[in-house]
Amino acid sequence: MKKTIITVVGKDTVGIIAKVCTYLAESNVNILDISQTIVQGFFNMMMVTDATQSPKTAAQIADELDKLGQEIGVSIRCQHEDIFNMMHRI
Amino acid sequence: MINIFEVNETNKMITQENLDVRTITLGISLLSCITDDLDQLNENIYRKITTVAKDLVLTGQEIEKEYGIPIVNKRISVTPIALVGGSACKSSEDFVTIAKTLDRAAKEVGVNFLGGYSALVSKGMTKADEYLIRSIPQALAETDFVCSSVNVGSTKCGIDMDAVRLLGDVILQTAELTKEQDSLGCAKLVVFCNAPDDNPFMAGAFHGVTEADAIINVGVSGPGVVKHALADVRGKDFETLCETIKKTAFKVTRVGQLVAQEASRRLGVPFGIVDLSLAPTPAIGDSVADILCEIGLEYAGAPGTTAALALLNDQVKKGGVMASSYVGGLSGAFIPVSEDQGMIDAVRAGALTLEKLEAMTCVCSVGLDMIAIPGDTKATTISGIIADEMAIGMVNQKTTAVRVIPVIGKGVGETVEFGGLLGYAPIMPVNRYSCDAFVNRRGRIPAPIHSFKN
Repeated sequence: MKKTIITVVGKDTVGIIAKVCTYLAESNVNILDISQTIVQGFFNMMMVTDATQSPKTAAQIADELDKLGQEIGVSIRCQHEDIFNMMHRI
Repeated sequence: MINIFEVNETNKMITQENLDVRTITLGISLLSCITDDLDQLNENIYRKITTVAKDLVLTGQEIEKEYGIPIVNKRISVTPIALVGGSACKSSEDFVTIAKTLDRAAKEVGVNFLGGYSALVSKGMTKADEYLIRSIPQALAETDFVCSSVNVGSTKCGIDMDAVRLLGDVILQTAELTKEQDSLGCAKLVVFCNAPDDNPFMAGAFHGVTEADAIINVGVSGPGVVKHALADVRGKDFETLCETIKKTAFKVTRVGQLVAQEASRRLGVPFGIVDLSLAPTPAIGDSVADILCEIGLEYAGAPGTTAALALLNDQVKKGGVMASSYVGGLSGAFIPVSEDQGMIDAVRAGALTLEKLEAMTCVCSVGLDMIAIPGDTKATTISGIIADEMAIGMVNQKTTAVRVIPVIGKGVGETVEFGGLLGYAPIMPVNRYSCDAFVNRRGRIPAPIHSFKN
């Protein structure tokens, strides 16, 4: 299964997770795992998701999440897990 | 399972340290296009390039989006045109028509550059080779995206000094014909010794005759990533320094390998090589010279520079070679002057001279690269500079190259602006003593003794 890693970084504020999760639910993207930390007021979240059932393309999801991030005032990146696997696993 | 720290490390490299894939270069063989009818040849070339490369740019953009990694350039390299046009072209003007066809094809498919307007003449020039070389000034002045290279020497064959002499004139003519744009044409012309067949970087990329019909080669980058990693080990010993460079080079190269495999799969074109070069850009923090400073030099060019660069170049290769299934191209640290803010600063400070740059080219890829020199430099002097650099490549069994830009109408101390990735450069002084009598001898320099390995 192709997994997609979504990262959200920015100033902590009310409703970040809610907005991202709402978008993912509407796009039929399943969330497999969430880890989150707050360092010095900065919100830092990583989601492991399965976007294979989504009617949207990976590029479309990445673009729309980027736009959503700009609305909330955080940076949202959506990347295929392989870039991390390649770099950190032999 | 990947954890949040690893994800953050990768994304920090991309968003803050300028990690990118510098280029996906699609090599296309034009040997199947050859005919003795010039119009037909041009038609065949245009059709082949626009067919094979039609999805290249779109595929590159898809990969960028999906993996969240910038791919700065999508480029094409083709079979050296002197071979392709050999039977159809009866003059230099005939070759220029091919350059224009290549330019049209490059624009149609939307690539940044197309390389391969080239001739391989390390032992001698055919009539076609000479026509092509003489056509380079006009070809580069009348096209936008075509890049040209000439291989004038090799460890196996020696150096073709007739070609070296001719290229001194050709470089000056190219500068003259593009003087309205600060002699920009010369930034698209490279003279090589031991040119590799699978180099993905411009301006020297061409698709060698040893290659398959089409191939994907990828050039990675990441000087900023190496510099940031080294900032964490300031004052530590050489072992720690080398290990840090190796580990970083490994990570950077893995991204290149991933992009190469994906591009290859999606385009249905075999994967060729990953080029392990550290390629700078004029952007702040994307500089090879800054790495040298981080290693411990006040400026690039200070005593110790050659040793530091040798160490860097070697560790980049050692780290990168295990990260990719096939490594090739130029693979090493690039030291172009105009494309590297740290090198520009070093020249401005008086720390870096042409002679020191020549020494540095002995231990890294590729050579005297993107160096602006006074526009009144003599053709024979340029040939002398080329001959010196070719000799370094020939004797040391490595690739070396010269890409100098005599800026017409400008002199030492003035600055020239090329724009974009090509950057800007202060014009550097050149040794003014003559080498006319040396360059004007006919013939070639024989291959060195250690070329006889059979």
